[in-house]
Amino acid sequence: MSTAVVDGVVCVERHLRHLIRTPGKLVNAVLLPMIFALLFGLLFGSVIEVPNGGYEEFIMAGIFVQGVMTAVPNSAVGAVEDLRNGLIDRFRSLPMSNSAVLIGRTVGDMVLRALSCVAMAGVGLAIGWRVHTSFLEVAAGFALLLFFGFTVAWVGALIGLSVGNAETAASVPSVLLMPVMFLSNAFIPLTGLPDWLRVVAEWNPLSAIVGACRELWGNPSASNSGSFPTENPVLLSVVWMVAILAVVAPLAVRKYQTAAAG
Amino acid sequence: MELAIHAEGLRKRYGDFEALRGLSLSVPAGQVLGVLGPNGAGKTTTVRILSTLLTPDAGFARVAGFDVVKQRKDVQRAIGLTGQYAAVDEQLSGRENLVMIGMLQRFSRKQAKLRADELLHQFDLVEAGTRPSGKYSGGMRRRLDLAASLINQPSVLFLDEPTTGLDPASRQTLWAIIRKQVAAGVTCLLTTQYLEEADQLADRIVVVDKGQIIAEGTADQLKDQVGGARLDVTVGDPAQQTMAAHTLSGVTAAQPTLAEDGRGVSVQLTRGMTDVAEAAVALQRSGIPVVDFAVRRPSLDDVFLSLTGQNRASDEQSAAAPERSPA
Repeated sequence: MSTAVVDGVVCVERHLRHLIRTPGKLVNAVLLPMIFALLFGLLFGSVIEVPNGGYEEFIMAGIFVQGVMTAVPNSAVGAVEDLRNGLIDRFRSLPMSNSAVLIGRTVGDMVLRALSCVAMAGVGLAIGWRVHTSFLEVAAGFALLLFFGFTVAWVGALIGLSVGNAETAASVPSVLLMPVMFLSNAFIPLTGLPDWLRVVAEWNPLSAIVGACRELWGNPSASNSGSFPTENPVLLSVVWMVAILAVVAPLAVRKYQTAAAG
Repeated sequence: MELAIHAEGLRKRYGDFEALRGLSLSVPAGQVLGVLGPNGAGKTTTVRILSTLLTPDAGFARVAGFDVVKQRKDVQRAIGLTGQYAAVDEQLSGRENLVMIGMLQRFSRKQAKLRADELLHQFDLVEAGTRPSGKYSGGMRRRLDLAASLINQPSVLFLDEPTTGLDPASRQTLWAIIRKQVAAGVTCLLTTQYLEEADQLADRIVVVDKGQIIAEGTADQLKDQVGGARLDVTVGDPAQQTMAAHTLSGVTAAQPTLAEDGRGVSVQLTRGMTDVAEAAVALQRSGIPVVDFAVRRPSLDDVFLSLTGQNRASDEQSAAAPERSPA
C-alpha cells in the first residue's frame, strides 16, 4: 500500500475510535437531528403549506441537510483540539502525508453523519415522510448527503485551523451558517419570496443540495419558478460541492502545514 | 567530528518580531546540547525549524545529514520530537497512541504493535497501556509522549522544555530516560528554562537571547565566564545589611551586591582564599552578627541572569519581547 493510503487509513481509524469513546458526540450528532425532525415536522407541518404535497415530505430533506451540517462545528472544534494539545505538531514531524490528518477527520466524520442520517430517516418515516423513487435514486440522495457532509467537514477543519480557539471554532460556524440555512429552501417553499430574494435563495448551495435530495426522493420541491437551479438541483449541488472542496481542502491542508500549537 | 545537527545563520521573522537573527549552532553526534534562554528568545522557533515544522526565512540546517528544508521526509524519519505539550491523543489508550505513531513512522501494523509493547514496558506504562491516555497523570503523559518520539529509534532527539510542569520525581524519571538514550548514542538538543536541567543533562550549553546565541560552552566554562567563586554572607539583622556590604567592600576588589531578602550580601572573590580570610576577619572586627558565611561557585542561574541581563541593558528598546513566538 502506498504511504498516503496507509496514513489515511490510520487517521480514519483514529477518528472511528474517537466515535466509540465519546458517546457525547453521538448524542449530539444523532439525537439532536432526531429532535429537530420531530419538532419541525410536527410543528411547522401544521402551519406551513407546500404546493403539491405534505410538509412532512417537504421538510425532511431540509432536516437531513441541517443535521449533516453539524459536521462543521464538530470538525472545527476537533481540529482546534488537535492543534492546541500539540498533536498536529507531532503529526507534522512524522514522515507522513500532509493531507492524511484532515482526510482522517473528514472521512471519519462521514461515519457519524451516516449514523445521524439513519436516525433522522427513522423519525421521518414515523412522522409520515416517504420516498417515491427507485432504490438507486434514494441511495443517490443519501450518497449526495454524505458527500455534502464530507465537504462541510473540510470547511469546518479550515475554520478550526484558522481561528485556533475552541469557543470561536464552535460559534463561528453557527453565525456563518445560520443565515445561509434560513435563506434557503430547507424549511420554507420559495414561491412566496420577493423575486430578488428568491433568486438568491435558489442559487444558495444549500438549496441545491436540499433540492437535489427532494428530486431524488420524489418529495415536493420548494419552487416551481422554472429557473435553472430549481430545474437542475442534482447537477448544481455536485458542481457546488466540487467547487467548494476544490477551494477549501487545499486551503485547509496549507493551514495544517503551517499550523503551530500555542 | 561528525555533526548530527548543524545550523547556520537561521533567521525567522513573525510580522514585526524577529524570532531568530542569524542563529548558528552545531551538535556533534552523540552529544547533548542544552539551549537556555528566556521566554521569546527563539528556543522553540529553533527546534521547530530543525524538526521541519517551520521553514526558516534564511540560513540552512542539516539534521542527521539531511537538509531540513529540502529533505524533510528523511529528517523526519531520523528524528524524534518532544514538544512543549505532551502531544498524545487523549481519547486513545497509550498503546493505541504508540501503534498509530508507529504506523505513521512507516512500521507495518505488526511491527508497530511489537514496538509499542516494547516501549510501554520500557517506560513502565504496561498497566496503563490499555487506558485512555487522557486519564494519565502529567508524568505518565510525558513518558508516553517521549515514548512516541522514540518509536523510530531516532538518531537525533529534540526535547523542547520536556519537564515543564512536572513534579520533581517525574522530572528525575524523565532525566533518567533521556540519559539512557544518550548512553545509547542518541544526539540530543534540549531546550529548557531550568538551569539545573541543562547542568544535569547537557555536554554543552548555548545561551540564546533575542534570537541569537550570546554565550556558549560547557556548564563550567560558562560559570567561569561570569567570574569565579562568590562569597555569600547573611546577617542576622536586616538593618546591618548595608554595613556588612561596606565592610566587605573594604577587603574585596569587586563591589558587593545586596540580596533582595534584605539580609544577604554577595561578592565576587578575585583573590580566592585571601579574600575569604580577610572578609571573615573584617566582619568579625566590625561586630556584625553573621548567621551564614558561604563560598559557592556561580550557578547557571548567575550565568543566565548576568548574560541575559547584560543583553537587555544593551538594547533597552525591545524590552517588551513577546512571551512566546506568535506562530
